[in-house]
Formats: sequence, C-alpha cells, structure tokens
Amino acid sequence: MPDGFRDDLFEPDRKELGEGPAYRFGLDRREWVAAVGAGLLVTAAGKVAFSAGSDVSEIPPSTRLHLGEDGSITILTGKVEVGQGSRTEVAQAAAEELRVAPAELRVVLADTSVTPNDGSTAGSRTTPSTVPVVRRACAAARELLLRTAAELWGLDPSQLEIQAGAVVKAGERMSYADLAKSSRLTSTRDDSVPRGVPLTKTADWAVLGRSVPKARAREIVTGAHRYPSDIVRPNMLYGCVLRPPSYGAELTSVDLAPATRLGAVAVRDGEFVGFAAKTSHEARNAMTACSKTARWQSGPHPSSEELGTLLKARAQTSGSGRRGPRRRERGDVTAALARGTALARSYEIPYVQHAPMEPRAAVAEWAEGRLTVWTGTQRPFGVRDQLAQAFRLRPEAVRVIVPDTGGGFGGKHTGEVAIEAARLAKAAGRPVSLRWSREEEFAWAYFRPAAAFGVRAALTGNRIQAWDFTAYNPGTAAIETPYDVRNVRTQYFPCDAPLREGSYRGIGATGNNFAREVFMDELAVAAGADPLEFRLENLADERMTDVLRAAADRFGWPGTESFGSGRGTGIAAGFEKGSYIAICAQVRTTGDRVEVERLVSAFECGAILNPRNLEAQVEGCVIQGLGAALTEEIRFEGGRLLNGSFSRYRVPRFRDVPPMDTVLLDRTDIDSAGAGETPIIAVAPALANAVFAATGERLRSLPLRLSRA
Amino acid sequence: MSTDSPAERPLLEVLREDFGLTGTKYGCGEGQCRACTVLIDGRPEPSCLTPVSRAAGASVTTIEGLASGGDLTQVQRAFLEADAAQCGYCTAGMIVEATALLRRNPRPSRSEIVDSMNPHLCRCCGYPNILRAVEMAARPDGDDA
Repeated sequence: MPDGFRDDLFEPDRKELGEGPAYRFGLDRREWVAAVGAGLLVTAAGKVAFSAGSDVSEIPPSTRLHLGEDGSITILTGKVEVGQGSRTEVAQAAAEELRVAPAELRVVLADTSVTPNDGSTAGSRTTPSTVPVVRRACAAARELLLRTAAELWGLDPSQLEIQAGAVVKAGERMSYADLAKSSRLTSTRDDSVPRGVPLTKTADWAVLGRSVPKARAREIVTGAHRYPSDIVRPNMLYGCVLRPPSYGAELTSVDLAPATRLGAVAVRDGEFVGFAAKTSHEARNAMTACSKTARWQSGPHPSSEELGTLLKARAQTSGSGRRGPRRRERGDVTAALARGTALARSYEIPYVQHAPMEPRAAVAEWAEGRLTVWTGTQRPFGVRDQLAQAFRLRPEAVRVIVPDTGGGFGGKHTGEVAIEAARLAKAAGRPVSLRWSREEEFAWAYFRPAAAFGVRAALTGNRIQAWDFTAYNPGTAAIETPYDVRNVRTQYFPCDAPLREGSYRGIGATGNNFAREVFMDELAVAAGADPLEFRLENLADERMTDVLRAAADRFGWPGTESFGSGRGTGIAAGFEKGSYIAICAQVRTTGDRVEVERLVSAFECGAILNPRNLEAQVEGCVIQGLGAALTEEIRFEGGRLLNGSFSRYRVPRFRDVPPMDTVLLDRTDIDSAGAGETPIIAVAPALANAVFAATGERLRSLPLRLSRA
Repeated sequence: MSTDSPAERPLLEVLREDFGLTGTKYGCGEGQCRACTVLIDGRPEPSCLTPVSRAAGASVTTIEGLASGGDLTQVQRAFLEADAAQCGYCTAGMIVEATALLRRNPRPSRSEIVDSMNPHLCRCCGYPNILRAVEMAARPDGDDA
C-alpha cells in the first residue's frame, strides 16, 4: 500500500465503491521529467533520488516532491480537485514545511503516470491522510537541504536557519536552487534520507491555519481553466451514446447504416452503441437516426412510491462481508428495552442525485496500443484499472489524467464515461471527447442510496437506557450512536436495490443521522425535556457537547416561539469522519410550505488549515443539505426517471439561502480532519425537528413535506 | 469570427467546438442552470438554447472576452477577492450575468442581485461568496447602497 493511503485506520462506508489494487507505475514519467528538468526527488516511500533531467530509469516511481535546479518546487499527489480545495491545501502543507509561499509551488494532481497513488479522493481523507504525507516528505527535504548546506559551509546544522526558500547563516544564504545543483546533494543516497523529521508545530504555523486564496482561481474567472469537458486534442471527434429507454432494457437490434450514411463513426459492441462525428450536433443526429431503428426488450421495474416496503422486503439477511448484514450489540438491549419507557419509530429517505455542475466527461486518445484518458473522476487509479480491464490492457498501458473537475460530491468514483470515450476513440482511430448530457447524468450516474430505518429506545427519566437501531440500505457511515448508552444494538441490512447506488457527501451518515437525530427529538418530547438539554444529558463526548453549545449560544436556543405557532426551532448534531457538526434551525410554515428563516451551524474538525475555505465548505455543504432536506427526491416508475432534469429536480438556488451563521471551532490540539462532508448530516434532522416545533406534525421521511394544505 | 454551420446548432456548441472558446460551459441544455450564459448584443442569454442562427451578425461576448489584455474586470477581481469559486464550473456564467447586471444597474440592491443571479445554479452551493463578490463589484469602495 503506498504511503499516504492508510485506510486501515478508517472503515469506509459500505457504499463507497471499492478501491482498485495498487499497481506499479508506467514509464510515461519521461514526459514529466522532461517538463520539470534536473533536480532532487523525494518519493512517496521516503526515498531520495536525483534526476539528471533526461534519464528516467534513475527515477523511482511515485515521486512526491521535485526540487529543480532552477529552484522550482513541484509537489505530486494522486488526489483530485473537485472544488473542495485539495490543490490549495496541498500547496499550503508543502509550503509550510519548505518555508516558502504556497504560490511558489507547483502542485501536480491525479495523473496515474506521474503521481503517487493516494487512493480515491473520498471519505474526507485528503486532510487527515494526504496532507501529513506531503508534510513529511517536505520536512525531510528541508532537513536534507539544511544538512547539505551545513556540510558545504562546514557548520553544524543547528547554526543554520531556513527562510524563504534558502538556508541562511549570518549574512549569507544558499538557495534551494543552489543546493539542488550541488554535487554533494546529488551524491546523496537512500541511506542518508533524514527519517522522522518532526513536522512544524501547530503553534509555529506560518502558512497552514491561514486563509490562502484558491489555487488557479484566476484561470477560473477568465474562463481559461480547462475542465475535463474542455480538453481538446488534435483531430478530435465528439461522441454520444445511445441509452436504453428504461432501466434493464436490453437491445435486441439496431441498424447503424443511417449513421454511416451521415458520415459518423458508429459502434455497437454488446450493449454499447455509440457515435462520433466532427461536431456534437452531427453525432447526435447520427444517434437520432439510428435510435429509430433500435428494438429493446424491457422487464418490470418498481416505482419510487413503494421504496420503503421494497427495501425491507429485499433486505439481505444472510451473507458476509460488504454484501451481508452486520449486527453489533453491547449490553443487553432486549432486557433494557423491557425495563424503561419504550418508543419505536420508522424513517425513510429517497434516492438523490449528486448533479455536479459538470456532467461526466472524458477525452480518450490511443497511440501505439496505449490509452490516455482525461476525465473527471475521484478515483484516477481505480478508473485506470477499469479501463485496463475493459480493453484487456496492462494497467501500465493506460494513463488517466484528471484535470480540476466541475464538482463531485462523491458522485464521480466510476469510469463509465472514460470507458465509453475510449471505445469510441478506438473505433474512430482518433481522439474522442464524450460529455454526458444532464439527462444522462441524472439517469445513468449512480445515486445516493434510498433507505429505511427502524429505531427503538427506552428511557428512564432523561437517560437513554437502551438503543436499538436498524438500517436498511443507507450505508454504514455514522450508523453507531455517538450518545452515551450502555445497551446498544445496531443492525445493518444491505438491500437488492432497484437503482445503481454509490457514494455521496457523507453517504450513509445522511440517512443514519437523520433517523437518529429526529428520533432523539421524539425521545426528548417523550421525556418532556428540552431537545438540547436532552442531548447534553446523554452525551459523554466533549467535542459533540462543544459544537451543540456553540450552535445553541450563537442561535439563542431555544428561541421564544410557542409550540405549534407556525414558527419553530429545531436542533440536531452529528459526528462522522473525525469532525463534529451541530445545527440550529428556525422555520416558518405557511400551509404546506416550509421556509427556512435562519440557520446556525457549529463545526469542529480539529486544527483549522484554511479558515476561509473551511467556512465555504461548511456553508456550501449545509446549503446542499437544504436541497436533500426539502426538495430533492429521485422519482421513477417503469424503469424511467420522472424528474431527471433541473426543471423537475429542484436543487437549492440563491433565493433558497437563508440568513446563516457558521461558527468554526479551532481545536489546534487535535489533528485536522476533513470537512467537506459531515456538515450535511445535521441539516435535514434540524429542519424536521423545527417543523415539528412549528406545526406539531412529525415528519419521518425526506424530503420534508407537510401534509396540511 | 465566422463559421459554416447548420442554423439550428446551439450557439454553445459552435463557440466551444468551432471557435475553441471552452470558457462557456454546458450544464443542463434547458436553460435551468445558466452555466452557458453569454452576452448577445449586451444581453445575457443561455447559449445552450440559442440556435447559432440567432447570433449571426450579432455581437457575442463570452467569459474570454471580458478581460482586456491581462487586466481583469471589476467583476472578475471581485470574484477572486471573495473566493467565490469552489469547483468554478458555474463561475463563467455567474460573472457574465453579473457583468450584464452592473452595466444596466450599477448600484443594485441585494435583492436585485439575488433576483438577477437566481436563474444560475451553483451545485457546490457557494452562493454566499458569489453574492459577496457581486456586491463587492457593485460597491468597490465598500459604501452602502
């Protein structure tokens, strides 16, 4: 397993699509080495080497850092940038340890031929996993440069300092560029790599912990940045793919002659039918002409109306591993349920779609039996392996490059568009750009799973004595209660699901925390307790207590609205992936309309690395959560989506943003965790609880819909 | 610029595929997200729904045409300063729309800004910083409306 991908420390959600195997790397590094020139290299495995600038055979795979003889610094990681700020964060981390400004660094992301395999960009792992390995490599390089300068000057390293990209002694400086050229450095061998160099202490941070503007923002505001859908290759064609009219429909026959008559490339390979032409318009015309001749055979497919019962009926009650049920129990839940005041409730969540602004896109190019694909994916190495498998190539013969991409939210883990583009390019003998339409992105990308829940608990006074939580299909993230309960049973059943499912922002935590935090509210009502006080009385986790108190203080909890007055307040909290969220919400209801009047979020993810980016991530995540709470729901019937477009699938817009406050707690004594996912998990329950306070109507499924007209 | 093209082709595709102006983005093809917004004779229009024939003889301004030389416009500078991009895929459409708004109404109120920008989607939901950027562009000296 490559350095930086310590996923043994973290249990991925069951719904995270699996990782591909970690392979050795191809030799396309020649190109990269030619681009960066001669210099010092530190690899992901912590080895040091020197590049003469042309001889790639000397260069170890998975280079983490390159220091050029011209003083240029390049940091490499297999992570991708989808808007969450990884590029900026990696630059900050490297700059901190190398004592330079982040803007002076070049960051190369996600190119399977040159960057280390840092796993998928998922599970909020860039901050806790990749940032530390980048820092360690840069700290080791800094120490090596310091020692080399000390040797050259004949001094002890303790007499020297590093400032602004140079080693300095009284009145003299030796720049990194000077050192990169020094023969003493080039004679360095692996045995002289400094080990265990301490990272810069949080209290001494000069770059981390501060707001650094987004890398490449200038290219974005001028339209110069090339997203995957903007990549253009010489002699390139544009493609499109014929989709089945419904889920599960099988192609029995199609006539491709009409496409050929229009001058387009047409391919049928099993179920795949695709077209490529000089423009997207011509490709679509060819597809339309052929689609009239296509015959399909389709079977029955369930409706979204029956999801709750369907999931329970299709629960996998046997089997093992990811596909089997999971059951954990501590204490004696059955006995404890019988002793206290018991309450039992059921909850449901629907399918939702990520709908990133940039639909899936790929440009594929073949040359001499090797395949290069530019595509927007959160799993560059996984997609490389999918391509290798699909075309029976060695992984080394496939190169996947991920340009900074237009949104992911867990929705771009798979390589279908890359495979389709590569199939078309192979048939055309020319590079092909394939960009899914919005309609395709809604229907044929995978969904955040729909799920059903059954929860039981027993109370003595305000204390929860027993907790019995059963989840059907949401995924396993945040399935265990963070509350302090002695008798706990948690059961998870994967289901034979009607739609294709995968990751999402927070994945399983969205549903698990919705069911739990609404049920906590119901328990508080049953106990006659304030929902905040009830939670605090059942918490032993100080960090969760802190975010709850921080949100409540800023909000002025519980407010002054009387129960059922049409205006109400709700609170919810959650813990997942090393970070804590609490949200207080105020809503006003008019008929069946729910208006969010105010939201206060308190968030804590350890030491803050980039406050402005963190605030933007938390705000964006919370607003995205408003969509899943209030309007987003994929509906389907007869194998077709009923609302697969932005006009029918309502996502948050400017007017939907309520007045918001975001409180960021900076725990400089705790290692930083990721922040892009967890804030979403408290939004829906906080709103459901506020709606209850406003109306007395308890909503137990999403999106929240009041029954009264 | 000129191109020989079927009249019904979307302007968006002609800009991107014939002229290589990829700064204008496809987002939905139904005018619901406005990532594809360009100025046609000064008016913001969704280029995904605009047949290229409608742009014949008209002046079309894309995101690439806003900055002159290396100098960014006030709106572009404000988007940088407000850190208004997350993934940035919607940014070009947002900047073109805000540019049109400020040309016809140099001192818009907050609600006028929200009304003009509301047709634009940002799925990262970076709406607060985008609003801040447009307000900064409208009030570069920081005075109140």
